[in-house]
Amino acid sequence: MTSSAIEAEGLVRTFGKVRALDGIDLVAREGTVFGLLGPNGAGKTTAIRVLSTLLRPDAGRAVVGGYDVLHEPAKVRGLIGLTGQYAAVDELLSGQDNLFMIGRLLGWRKADARSRAAELLEAFDLSDAATKYVKQYSGGMRRRLDLAASLVGRPKLLYLDEPTTGLDPRSRLELWKMIRTLVAEGTTVLLTTQYLEEADRLADEIVVIDHGKVIAAGTPQQLKMRVGGQVLQAQPADPADLVATERILASFGDAENAPHNDGQLISIRINDRSALGQAVRQLDDAGIVVDDLSLRRPSLDEVFLAVTGHVAEEDELGEHAAADERRTA
Amino acid sequence: MSAVTVTPAGRPNVLSNTLTIARRNLLHIKATPEQLVEMSIQPIMFLVLFVYVFGGAIAGSSAAYLQFALPGILVQAVSFLPFTTALALNTDFQRGVIDRFRSLPIARSAVISGRILADGVRILWSILIITGFSMILGFRFEGGAAGAFGAVLLVLAWGLVMCWPMAFIGITARSPESVNTWGFMIILPLTFASSAFANPDTMPGWLQAIVKANPVTSVIDAARGLMLGGPVAEPLTDAIVWMAALLAIFVPLAIVRYRRRI
Repeated sequence: MTSSAIEAEGLVRTFGKVRALDGIDLVAREGTVFGLLGPNGAGKTTAIRVLSTLLRPDAGRAVVGGYDVLHEPAKVRGLIGLTGQYAAVDELLSGQDNLFMIGRLLGWRKADARSRAAELLEAFDLSDAATKYVKQYSGGMRRRLDLAASLVGRPKLLYLDEPTTGLDPRSRLELWKMIRTLVAEGTTVLLTTQYLEEADRLADEIVVIDHGKVIAAGTPQQLKMRVGGQVLQAQPADPADLVATERILASFGDAENAPHNDGQLISIRINDRSALGQAVRQLDDAGIVVDDLSLRRPSLDEVFLAVTGHVAEEDELGEHAAADERRTA
Repeated sequence: MSAVTVTPAGRPNVLSNTLTIARRNLLHIKATPEQLVEMSIQPIMFLVLFVYVFGGAIAGSSAAYLQFALPGILVQAVSFLPFTTALALNTDFQRGVIDRFRSLPIARSAVISGRILADGVRILWSILIITGFSMILGFRFEGGAAGAFGAVLLVLAWGLVMCWPMAFIGITARSPESVNTWGFMIILPLTFASSAFANPDTMPGWLQAIVKANPVTSVIDAARGLMLGGPVAEPLTDAIVWMAALLAIFVPLAIVRYRRRI
């Protein structure tokens, strides 16, 4: 029987004229990964800051691990670990001192703080760099140390705010593996990301937010189903055949679904399952050789496009405006 | 990953948290030896240059000028030290270190009290190094042990007071570069347009007015009185009033800024 680790209702937070959170509801079950998905400036970080007691909401209610963030913030802080967008580790201390300091701040004896630090350094493959200053660490090492720092107190809930932004693919995979291990051990993870693939791979449940509002919620599977149908895609071997390929694929779509041409690959949403076979024949008849021809479920990217009306990577300006707003507020 | 059993953290312990954060701030000195130069060698260089370059011209002899200038050089040195406070606070905010502290179940005031404790240690270190070196050069406390002790205490207090406006700048400024600009613009004229290096009576009238109104002058005059056995009552009263006023203004300002920024 799983109960909810996080429950939020009608969270509102404004910065000047920007409504960073505009009535967010969410429920994360214990022992699962809850994905908060949205473009830059959607309100993800603000939501994390409210749920970690760093920011008071203007309206709404949030209960974390059974404690209200407004009335019992100290209790909430005792349950959570926070890893922010920037690696919030002290550059002028060694990795070991960073973790030791947190253990001491939690009120532990020196010996306990020291052995917990060693344990985490080992688990995160940082033992060799334990006594080096963090300013000498690589980006991936910092991120691992940051995650280790948020785990010192063995939090029941872990907030990961865009944990893999700026990481190379290998470090990203490593981090995903670590997150899965933690969840297997019983930790609840609240993950924000703008990478749809990340949410797809890790999250049990996803809430998509945009402009501070929840615009879709469900399991990755449910969200993909919501867009419906399937995607037929073809990549002609000769780019000169792109136009002809597009014309052939267009015949399988309907008025609402025109093919998408990304310069290499033509894709189109279809509802007719016989389309793949017909496409093979028609392309062959036209003498077009393809490198790739396939039928798949829509990706979360397409889900995102369908529910927000824009692609995931835009809106940088909104984020900067919100950040400026915060500084001058 | 769970071999260690740990006593569950009860209520946060303000004293222990303060000490941990102060230790963290002091450990930074190890990582940035420039700080040590700034705290020890730079003021000594100032002392030597001023005493031996200008001493003869200003006071007739280097020895006489050393007696006159040491209180001023001490106050100037501790006025510049809180720069580090401003820069460190600014960096902590930018890097998210403050967020990390605040997301932990610790006493929130420890972030500030730990900072002040560490600054107190740095300031005291600087005072002792400069004074010790001056004594090697021939400086003599003419106001007795009580005067010497009182002067050290006063200069230390002034340094700690200066941490607050600098903390305000550190929290408010958008980048370490602007911290530098603002800090320098304020501290340099404040310490030079004072009685630190020359007798104000030798200055033009408009400057005398500024120098006399400058809190740094009151602190230096009081420290000088304590160290050399001169008049103390009036400048000390002024210095204490100034320090109380600065605290009354900048402690709430810094705290309000701190709360807003987070």
